[in-house]
Amino acid sequence: MSGRRALVIAGLTLREMVRRRVLWVLVALVVASVVLVGWGTERLVTLAREEGVEGLQVRIGVSQILILVAFMFSFVVATSAAFLAAPAIASDVETGTVHALLARPLRRAELVIGRWLGLSVVVGLYAALSALLAIGVVALVSGHVPHEPMTAVGFLTAQAIAVLTLALAFGTRLPAMAAGAITVVVFGIGWFMGVLGNLAVVFEAPSVQQAADTVRILIPTDGLWRGVIYGLEPPILLLLAAGRNVDALAANPFYAPTPPPVAFVAWSIVWILLVLLAAIALFRRREL
Amino acid sequence: MAGTDNRPVTTPAIETHGLRKAYGGTVALESLDLRVEAGEVFGFLGPNGAGKTTAVKLLLGLTRPTAGRGAVLGAPLGDLAARARIGYLPELFRYQAWLTAREVLELHASLAGVTRARRRSEIDRVLELVGLAERASGRTGGFSKGMQQRLGLAAALLGDPALVILDEPTSALDPVGRDDVRAIIREAQARGSTVLLNSHLLGEVERLCDRVAIVNRGRVVAAGPLSGLLGETAVRLRVTDLARAGDTFAAFGVPEDGGDGWVVVRGLSDDAVPALVAAIVTAGGQVHAVDPGRRSLEDLFLDLVREPVLREPLVREPPVREPGAQEPEV
Repeated sequence: MSGRRALVIAGLTLREMVRRRVLWVLVALVVASVVLVGWGTERLVTLAREEGVEGLQVRIGVSQILILVAFMFSFVVATSAAFLAAPAIASDVETGTVHALLARPLRRAELVIGRWLGLSVVVGLYAALSALLAIGVVALVSGHVPHEPMTAVGFLTAQAIAVLTLALAFGTRLPAMAAGAITVVVFGIGWFMGVLGNLAVVFEAPSVQQAADTVRILIPTDGLWRGVIYGLEPPILLLLAAGRNVDALAANPFYAPTPPPVAFVAWSIVWILLVLLAAIALFRRREL
Repeated sequence: MAGTDNRPVTTPAIETHGLRKAYGGTVALESLDLRVEAGEVFGFLGPNGAGKTTAVKLLLGLTRPTAGRGAVLGAPLGDLAARARIGYLPELFRYQAWLTAREVLELHASLAGVTRARRRSEIDRVLELVGLAERASGRTGGFSKGMQQRLGLAAALLGDPALVILDEPTSALDPVGRDDVRAIIREAQARGSTVLLNSHLLGEVERLCDRVAIVNRGRVVAAGPLSGLLGETAVRLRVTDLARAGDTFAAFGVPEDGGDGWVVVRGLSDDAVPALVAAIVTAGGQVHAVDPGRRSLEDLFLDLVREPVLREPLVREPPVREPGAQEPEV
């Protein structure tokens, strides 16, 4: 295993992303979304203030808007990660580029790790930039700064890397389009089971809850998304001061009173590494 | 074309024994026995689906054999260190469209382990060699097929590899480009590389290769020096006004009537043809045409690969009737 050759591939991946238009189109869309979010939030806050809504209420309202915006970004970033990573190896195999590369003294593991490193840098920066821009714009127009903004940015980035790793792994054996589509479906299932798990707590349905917990471990993206919500949530004291029924909020898929446990965060890192190892094993067995 | 009868006793560039590859129930390569000596230009021929590309992929370690064994540059198939000494032009080549020609070569030089100090001059050398020096900073996405093929050839020749494997290197080139490639292959050989040339252009193989192997249905059906494979020559001459033909030809062989005023002399070496023509002229004969008449590689190829197909009942050839056989019902 040579780190140098993996870095050569990582550099190639970075250059590919920067030179192809798709990344810049995505960045432009993020900037456009952020401008819209800033404009909309500013309008709502101004209207609320004109109506004489209390400052505390406005802040809670803005925090919920921010969480909804983050949800949109989480989906956009995850989908982008899936469709950027799925062709990374799949297209090279389809076009025959990979034959010329692997005829060199380049191990398949080095190719997969290099691709993963390059994609992680690009997708990680893209996710972090999107989250920071959204939080920054909302702070600018409303004055609301979530209590742990960097936690939210970190979890959104981790979620994007988890998704790209899965897409890369599928792409070692499947055509690019199939790998991307399946990854998005898996991500959607993870999110849906998370919502179902929330409802199960409130309606006391332990079997559903168990199923939801199992899926959350198998597909940790939803658990990571909870970390994003937690980082953006107004402090519990704010909610109590506003007289909200905190217990009833447990059913709300956009509410997380506690950060994901350390054990879960550790498992998510292990999960990403395991999927990466699976990608290497799958690609090594592939007949080219 | 050099004879290979007194080959040097060195480690062969490629050696395989019973190499077999099956994908599930489909056998892509039945049993490949091949030996390519260091320093020769070796033609690897066969019809589509004969298993040539599978064989090349096995040699490069891109796929694993189901059975058999082999060595490339003295190392097991797919060996990492050996791969640093192999240049490969794939048949279905496409290089990263967003890279310039120079960047593609930098990538390959860096993966092949060409030292940083040597990289620039080496890239300049191969760009010049394939005629792409002026397009070095052009993105490969804008290249024509022929230019892409030249780039692939440049990548394969980076760093003077001990073994160059070229899969259809001239398929996208015009006659001028093909001529260039022949010169490039000869130069690579002169610089000490062994060249495995896989091509459908048999005339090209005939001009370039020291030895060839013809593969059909996953097996080598003929291998050896071209002169040996193509057999004896049969020179055809169109001669008039020759009074004592028998005496004139006596020293060269028994002339046969080739029809239409042609005379055929078998078993004559290439070197003896001018002497025969001179003898005819001295005897007062007029020589209108001389055809070396050796069996071409194409004839040999077709004989070898067509034969089994003709036995297939589905081939719609006019039926050959035995004397006395019944007329087929229509």
